Amino acid sequence: MSVWQAVVAVCLGCYALKLAGLSAPRRVLDHPGVQRFAALVPVALLAALIAVQTFAHGQALELDWPRTAGLGAAVLALLLRAPFLVVLAAAAAVTALLRLAGL
Amino acid sequence: METTTRSSAIRDGLGVGLAVGLSGLAFGAAAVTAGLSVAQACVLSLFAFTGASQFALAGVVAGGGNLVAGTAGALLLGVRNSLYGLRLADLLGVRGWRRVPVAQGVIDETTAVALAQPDEESARTGFFVTFVSLYLTWNATTLLGAVGTSRVADPAVFGLDAVGPATFLAILWPRLTAKDPETRTLRASAAGGVAVALAATPFVPPGVPVLLAAVPVLALVLRRPR
Repeated sequence: MSVWQAVVAVCLGCYALKLAGLSAPRRVLDHPGVQRFAALVPVALLAALIAVQTFAHGQALELDWPRTAGLGAAVLALLLRAPFLVVLAAAAAVTALLRLAGL
Repeated sequence: METTTRSSAIRDGLGVGLAVGLSGLAFGAAAVTAGLSVAQACVLSLFAFTGASQFALAGVVAGGGNLVAGTAGALLLGVRNSLYGLRLADLLGVRGWRRVPVAQGVIDETTAVALAQPDEESARTGFFVTFVSLYLTWNATTLLGAVGTSRVADPAVFGLDAVGPATFLAILWPRLTAKDPETRTLRASAAGGVAVALAATPFVPPGVPVLLAAVPVLALVLRRPR
């Protein structure tokens, strides 16, 4: 498999996966169990994504102090009801400063 | 009231689109460092347009890994977009050929912004504003990052690796802290997803843990059908 073949396969496959969910048949979407599942599953997946992006490096769990502190700063900013971009800036700034400090 | 929720949806969408779009710099740089050409990096951002899968493929190319397995891994990461589609199908109310362009926008960020809105009208607005602003910035920054690789330092130096999780946290926050009868169920789903994903990380290939986060939700739904 060449790199170009892999690139094209990933492009086609990723698009097909997006279209598949959006095009699920009416009777599937109308099923109460499916509706309940579809309403809750994005929250679970996004929460898992936060955890994995913060604490996983490949298949290893790691505690990256600057990144964890950055996320802590985001939590603090959210508790203080800071605007969205301030929350992101706080996370990036704290992480970058701690790395700069050599942690 | 309607205009305020709609303009807050626009603000959310633009904020996420611009902020997350910046990580396209990191993708462009990572892709070219990994050995992809500038054109290959740009084609991935234009047509795959789902960051996690794109980074996964670049990672496999960088490590000289098996490209078939690398492609499968990238697609596995894309499966969650199918699950998002199940929810967005009703929320966006798109039918027929309109699904063809809209499908490209079914990703983490657009779903998160759409679901954070209080009503369907602003959810649609949030989805499309996020989609368009993120699509434009993500592709522009991919090109910039790919072309300027030699001049872009490691994105970790700028703390950009904390921006992804902070974005999703900021988006989920209002739903997880709302005074609403549904909040407890949402918190249980989030906590279950986090626990399962972290517990599974050492044992399964990257991409699978996040998908397994759907399992506790499945259990919740099967136990208490409504």
